[in-house]
Amino acid sequence: MATLALRAAPAAVSAWRSTLTGAAATLAGFASLFVLWHLASVYLVGSALFPPPLRVLARGIELARDGSLLDNVSVSLGRILAGFAIGSACGVVIGFVLGAVAPARRVLEPYTEFLRFIPATALITVAVIWFGIGESSKIFLIAYTTVFIVIINTAAGVASINRNKVRAALCLGATRPQLFVHVLLPAATPYVLTGMRIAMANSFTTIVAAELVAANDGLGKMLWDARLFMLVDDIFVALICLGFLGFSADRLFRWAILRFARRFSPVM
Amino acid sequence: MSLVAFRDVEKTYASRSGRPYTAIRGFDLDLAAGEFFCLLGTSGCGKTTVLNMLAGFEHPSGGTMTVRGRPVRGPGRDRGVVFQGNDSLYDWLTALENIALGPRLSGLPAAERRERANHYLSLVGLAQQGGKYPSELSGGMQQRIQIARALANDPDILLMDEPFGALDAQTRTTLQAELLRIWQATRNCVLFITHDIDEAVTLATRIGVMRAGPASTLKAVIDVDLAPEDRVRTSERFMAVYRRVHALLSDEVTLAALQAH
Repeated sequence: MATLALRAAPAAVSAWRSTLTGAAATLAGFASLFVLWHLASVYLVGSALFPPPLRVLARGIELARDGSLLDNVSVSLGRILAGFAIGSACGVVIGFVLGAVAPARRVLEPYTEFLRFIPATALITVAVIWFGIGESSKIFLIAYTTVFIVIINTAAGVASINRNKVRAALCLGATRPQLFVHVLLPAATPYVLTGMRIAMANSFTTIVAAELVAANDGLGKMLWDARLFMLVDDIFVALICLGFLGFSADRLFRWAILRFARRFSPVM
Repeated sequence: MSLVAFRDVEKTYASRSGRPYTAIRGFDLDLAAGEFFCLLGTSGCGKTTVLNMLAGFEHPSGGTMTVRGRPVRGPGRDRGVVFQGNDSLYDWLTALENIALGPRLSGLPAAERRERANHYLSLVGLAQQGGKYPSELSGGMQQRIQIARALANDPDILLMDEPFGALDAQTRTTLQAELLRIWQATRNCVLFITHDIDEAVTLATRIGVMRAGPASTLKAVIDVDLAPEDRVRTSERFMAVYRRVHALLSDEVTLAALQAH
């Protein structure tokens, strides 16, 4: 017992140590980024057009106090989440049909192969004409940019399922619906999650572009207004927010995958 | 009545060149309940085709195939299959969950299927490994899980397509002994495909030697009447059977080699 405990303790400690070392390295990386930014801003450029991090932070706190920053962030995030959820749901369903039913693949391929090369940003104009400058046009664009990535990844996941996994299930007496639930769905899960993760990153690009062109609020609108009034500090606050939100969303996604879907061995 | 009956079974493939290729022609075979039948042949002779047709993965081009008098139409739970590689195991299920899948699909209550899966897990000697995922198990253990998974569904016949072909020699020998022990405990009918004479003589109660392809069929069927203690290479009786099978097979090996050139 005693030897076991002695042996187990260092293992736990070293696991903690490696977690802490990892976190420290990430923190050091971010810190060096801000130090370099500061040095470049104060000593290299020395212009009001490139504010140092502390001034941006101060302005950020100001904007947070009057509530406008939180409004813009939550509006943009809400649009991303709504569009991302719709796009992912449609993408998974269509992706499964494409991957599993060969005739459907041939019929639907022109749609996916053609439309995925028309970027969401190119569709902003027509989306505004169709849906106005309210929420629906933004959600449409995010869903549009999400759906194709999820479709292609899901279909690839379904199509790459090993033949013997399907055969083994049929020998065990699986019906068609059981084959889907017990084999196709879990086997394709890592591909679906990877597709969604890439799509999440794309959603951030798309929402900014859409809000720059046509919106009453959101981080993109904040960027556009700041440019009109030459509020460079505000521009930087919006940029930092975008970076931070994207980073957090990705980390959250990763955490959720590792927490709930680790057994599907996703590629992280 | 025999458990499995092949009658004049033929399999023709449409080859890439457009000329049809006949792998199997005029194949007749009867398997009885409780026997361990090894189908032995050179590579490319069509022995896997025979197994795939009985499993329901491929359809014969002619003739009939029946299990308990019913014609084979597709894969089904009356025929359990153990595949050569480990790619048929479900990576997202633990060893125990893999074994319990068959009973789960047929709607057995959770407690019963857990008990059933545990029983077969112990039978293949992995009672302690049930919570591990396939990727955490060795190649030999993975094959044991496959065997347990097939048996847990209580099939009429177990179809094994060179299940130990990808294992190292030591593991293979161990698993052959384990399979014999399991077969003696369950007395399932087994159709076992191999190209290894040693393996066939070690395991089988009957050995069917196939001709070299194309249009292959059974050349001869030999009864292997060996006591368990004689199922080792050092036994004189083992070697006598080995020599008989070897004589039957060597012509086919020469033929196959000639056709390959």
